[in-house]
Amino acid sequence: MDTKVAAKLRILADAAKYDASCASSGAPKRAAGAKGLGSTTGAGICHAYTPDGRCISLLKILLTNYCLYDCAYCINRRSSNVRRARFTVQEVVDLTVNFYKRNYIEGLFLSSGIVKNPDHTMEEMIEVAKRLRRDHLFAGYIHLKTIPEASPWLVEQAGLWADRLSINLELPSQQSLEELAPEKNGGTIRAAMGQMHERIVEAKAEKRRFSPAGQSTQMIVGADATTDEGVLRTSDGLYRRYALRRVYYSAFSPIPEPSKVLPLKAPPLQREHRLYQADWLLRFYGFSVDEVAAGGDAGMLDLDIDPKLAWALKHRESFPVDVNTADRELLLRVPGLGTRVVDRIVAARRHTTLRLDDLARLTPGLKRARPFLVTPDHRPTRLIDRQDLRARIAPKPAQLELFG
Amino acid sequence: MLMNAASMVQIRLGPGADLDGFRAAARSLVAAGTPPEAVVWTQGGAADLFGAPVLPDGPPLSLPRAAADLVQLVVCHRDPERFGLLYRLIWRLTHGEKALLEVMSDPLVHRLAMMGKAIRRDLHKMHAFLRFRRVETAKGERFVAWFEPDHHILAAAAPFFRNRFGSLDWTILTPEGRVSWTGGALVFGPAATRDEAAAGDGFEEGWRDYYESTFNPARLNTTAMRAEMPKKYWRNMPETAAIPGMVRAALSRVDGMMEREPAMPTRRNPDKAVAAMQEAGPHSLEELNRIISGSEPLVPGATRAVLGEGPVGAAIAFVGEQPGDQEDLQGRPFVGPAGQLLDRALAEAGIERSATYLTNAVKHFKFVQRGRRRIHESPTAGEVKHYRWWLERELDLVRPGLVVALGATAALALAGKAVPVGRNRGLFRFGDRPGFLTVHPSSLLREPDPQAREEGFRRYCEDMRRIRELAAA
Ligand code: SF4
Repeated sequence: MDTKVAAKLRILADAAKYDASCASSGAPKRAAGAKGLGSTTGAGICHAYTPDGRCISLLKILLTNYCLYDCAYCINRRSSNVRRARFTVQEVVDLTVNFYKRNYIEGLFLSSGIVKNPDHTMEEMIEVAKRLRRDHLFAGYIHLKTIPEASPWLVEQAGLWADRLSINLELPSQQSLEELAPEKNGGTIRAAMGQMHERIVEAKAEKRRFSPAGQSTQMIVGADATTDEGVLRTSDGLYRRYALRRVYYSAFSPIPEPSKVLPLKAPPLQREHRLYQADWLLRFYGFSVDEVAAGGDAGMLDLDIDPKLAWALKHRESFPVDVNTADRELLLRVPGLGTRVVDRIVAARRHTTLRLDDLARLTPGLKRARPFLVTPDHRPTRLIDRQDLRARIAPKPAQLELFG
Repeated sequence: MLMNAASMVQIRLGPGADLDGFRAAARSLVAAGTPPEAVVWTQGGAADLFGAPVLPDGPPLSLPRAAADLVQLVVCHRDPERFGLLYRLIWRLTHGEKALLEVMSDPLVHRLAMMGKAIRRDLHKMHAFLRFRRVETAKGERFVAWFEPDHHILAAAAPFFRNRFGSLDWTILTPEGRVSWTGGALVFGPAATRDEAAAGDGFEEGWRDYYESTFNPARLNTTAMRAEMPKKYWRNMPETAAIPGMVRAALSRVDGMMEREPAMPTRRNPDKAVAAMQEAGPHSLEELNRIISGSEPLVPGATRAVLGEGPVGAAIAFVGEQPGDQEDLQGRPFVGPAGQLLDRALAEAGIERSATYLTNAVKHFKFVQRGRRRIHESPTAGEVKHYRWWLERELDLVRPGLVVALGATAALALAGKAVPVGRNRGLFRFGDRPGFLTVHPSSLLREPDPQAREEGFRRYCEDMRRIRELAAA
């Protein structure tokens, strides 16, 4: 590989690593034609994992880390003394194709600092996607991080080539944005999300291709004083209003060349992990933000136990539930039972009566679920009243990542 | 139940994942009413213990889809018991337990599901962790990979690579067999050894660079990494050699970051950046037209953008639907049959065409090719909205006194929502713009009845006269 390109790659991959988005899922299934390159399988594929436990599924780079803006949390802000580099459009295209051919990646996640002006930057990003699709008949995954300040018609163009578009909200509140990202405007960001959402819905209805894997966003957690509840409320609003596929939470990470307005120490990664779990409860388990928040304390989630367990411990009166008769909704509230497991329970009990042994085969989380369940051979009436219940089922603190 | 040796049936299958062999055997066994306890499954050239003859083929089995899928997966497992277990499943499915697979708590179903899961995981890891190396040959580039799957999954994994790397020549080598894709066919071959694989690739270093750079030392979590990327895969992945060094350096890198004095932001005034941002976007019609011409059509078909035409500051701007065949060929709006009809109406009403601004809501000719003919297709509402931003900016720059929407598509573009023309014909406000709504001239052309056409045209001319008066006021 060309050494100049390699040097740029080091800088521009390093600069992109604070973007938590990595998924390559959600695009319709595609296969390369006889002359084409690339496919999407519907599900994402992680091609490698780095020692931070996160996967590499896409070549995640910036087109350039020069930036006109001065967002305090960002290593690329114009007042940072970081080394700068800039790829040409063709260099990004060639890198993507060469990495892809060797099966290193599922595709490209392209983001950029804002050079010259937002339109110019956006146009270059679109050009990368266009050349990949057109010159290389590239059918792999492409995710473009849209510049919200760019002209609206550029968003319309981007959606023709990308599988997913994202606009990072960056911070959960307008006030934090004003403080930490003086040039950004929450209104502009949301307007762009709204525009994108409309196009995605229309295109789906008209069976046209426009960002088929939807849109996502990222919020930085721990750079401002917003509580978990505040963060989740913002997410909930985003899911409802713009039907976002994902909200990514990125624990503010100490960066080289930190800005003075930021806390120096990172918040525990566990906080980020709990937010992902809570987010999951909102989207797939029928929880409301109020319920999730009620499991925690003063708007912050419990760091020691997952939010579903936290909720259950505060709502012991709802338990135990009978595995063989309880509604699906109630089963989903049982700690240790995921959606897939609940579906299996519901399917299986149509044909048989489930006992503890049966459950053990259905879920790896039985130990946690036990105090909350009733089966013909198990009735934990006393357990539920035990003072030490929390201590007994709370897992030993371990650092986990939940990037699904 | 105990069977005596004489009543046992021995089935011998081919090596690896012999799906066809297993299917045939299962068919014939079910047809013969042979219970699972009476079958001994062997593979390859093992001695024939019981000497039972291979049974004749049976009629096809109708299994639930999920069961067929499970069979296909589990035959790839390396556990020698798999055929016996699968046959037991089939037996139960065909003997009164049709819904057995819904009972995932059943010990047999559970065990098979776990085996299926192991295969899925093995396949997934092969799809993910296999690395091709580029080799130069006389016929061009070729990509070769060495991989060591846990189970007999080579044939099951191959379609993924075929779908993905259709235009490349590639070979995957494994200790059990190989598969190549050349000239549009998957060709399977004998077992391979690691030294048949290519030794290196000029891009591996760059890939390692990327791998190292994308790692965030502040988030070190090797447990999560190893859970997803077990060590057994590492030796065939070029990037993993960097892991020990990355882990070692991580802690000191983070400490270094924390210790460093935070940099004071260089006091540069953000105003300039914000101003630059607001500067973005076209400031003249020429600039906007350059952007439109340089952009991709947002409808299928079009060959080029057809731009608006007429003086800036025109009293009247006419907005049509989209260019047609003639417009696309000539690159000018309203030059086809509909445009000629519009010209006639303008002349009747005493409007100078060259003093008006003429444009379309959609800037490209949407069509489907039928033989040599290009058949006009109406743009969808979504497509119209894609173009709205351009139209809005265009009108901002032209600043006409009155905007005339010709037909429903133009009205949709200008109003941002559907506006029925029949009911709203006449004066109409499009947001901040004073406007007028009338039909598109092509609707007059489509009118088959000559008398109605005549009447339509008369009404059209009346509209135009009103438009002239409104614009003059
Ligand atoms: S605009 Fe983006 S790249 Fe530029 S400083 Fe802000 S967050 Fe960083």
